[in-house]
Amino acid sequence: MTTVRVSLPAHLQRLAGVSAEVRLRVNDTATLAEVLDALEAEYPVLKGTVREHGADGRRAYVRLFACGRDLSHESPDAPLPARVVAGEEPLRVVGAIAGG
Amino acid sequence: MSQVRVLVGTKKGAFIFTSDAARREWQIEGPHFGGWVVMHMQGAATDPDRLYAAPWTDWHGQVIQRSDDGGRSWQPVGNDFRYRGEPGTHQWYDGTAHPWDFKRVWHLQPSPSDPDLVFAGVEDAALFRSADGGRTWDEVEALRQHSTGRTWQPGAGGLCLHTILIDPADEDRMYVAISAAGAFRTDDGGGSWEVATGGLRSEFLPDPEAEVGHCVHKLAMHPSRPDTVFMQKHWDVCRTDDAGARWTEVSGNLPSDFGFPIVVHPHEPETIYVVPILSDSEHYPPEGKLQVHRSRTGGGEWEALTRGLPQGDCFQNVLRDALAIDAMEPCGLYMGTTGGTLFASADEGESWTPIAEHLPRILSVEVQSIP
Repeated sequence: MTTVRVSLPAHLQRLAGVSAEVRLRVNDTATLAEVLDALEAEYPVLKGTVREHGADGRRAYVRLFACGRDLSHESPDAPLPARVVAGEEPLRVVGAIAGG
Repeated sequence: MSQVRVLVGTKKGAFIFTSDAARREWQIEGPHFGGWVVMHMQGAATDPDRLYAAPWTDWHGQVIQRSDDGGRSWQPVGNDFRYRGEPGTHQWYDGTAHPWDFKRVWHLQPSPSDPDLVFAGVEDAALFRSADGGRTWDEVEALRQHSTGRTWQPGAGGLCLHTILIDPADEDRMYVAISAAGAFRTDDGGGSWEVATGGLRSEFLPDPEAEVGHCVHKLAMHPSRPDTVFMQKHWDVCRTDDAGARWTEVSGNLPSDFGFPIVVHPHEPETIYVVPILSDSEHYPPEGKLQVHRSRTGGGEWEALTRGLPQGDCFQNVLRDALAIDAMEPCGLYMGTTGGTLFASADEGESWTPIAEHLPRILSVEVQSIP
């Protein structure tokens, strides 16, 4: 097991009642989907806010970044970057720049 | 001592105003859910401390929040709104088939008798029901699966179900309204629905008297007269006295019969209020004068109520859920503008005072009269 860091946008911090980053215990071989599963298991209120209910697809205005890479269009089953697995870099959940 | 609580949903959060029965001094709390678009908040009739709120954002979708202490604290409840069965399609703006896609909740309506039973009107138009205080939601699918459903088209604001009226004497009887599909009635708790648009006429439709396609902006009903319903339509103010079989236009001497909200006086079932707006492309009051109009004759004859309201250079709108009326004696009215001003009247609309002037765009206003 390892501890990964997940950085959440302000709306979701407020909803989950957390500060900017949360820490989640996952397997050493955790995939993107497994980290998001762990996030929703720890904070059920976030179900449906990063991924759609049912289909598990990423919401259209949510992007995922880590280690300077855009992971938004990676397979959910892709392995996470090593520095995220090591807890050295957070997986960043980012809302699109939109609104007013 | 009795209390009045005003629930205000805005584009950037929710605010709660409270006052005693005099309604002169107001306390404001908020924003709750800061940064979230709060389409609507509503309290339960039999437990006024039970509140439901519908915050939403483009980024993170829908959340439903519930309070059991009058809004002092909130807990997120269920937000899984999935259509039953294969959703199919409705019509898009250009007449092509478009898949049903849940976007957001527009309106929450608790049952008149059970605070745990609550209905949600959503976009794309559907009715959902929760019997466990908002934890889980099930679609009342017979409405969307009505034989006309595949022909429904959105209005400019989206294909939204924005009005839910429940007959308190027979809760199996409900009316709903959808922009721009029309009005529907069920007599069996949502198991089947009838189109309730008889006699409506909308000039923008290829067939102005078509069964569906009327852009109903809001319905209002006095709880003692469930067969009489008042309507602010895209154009025209109308009434029916036979549960939607036949509507009659009652716009009368209104300066404009375009508008969004309509409410009924709690103690006088033939007294109604609307807010005239210039036109469908000019969403501000005629001549820049914000006026509430009241009819004491169930429509037809209207009087302008202007004291305390801006009578020049006012170019704000009042949205469909942003006019509310309390049950005090005399009753009070509350009106929120798209410019973020909340006006209140403690004398049946005769005079108005701004009780907040710099809120975000106001999307909805509801009021609770608490004994």
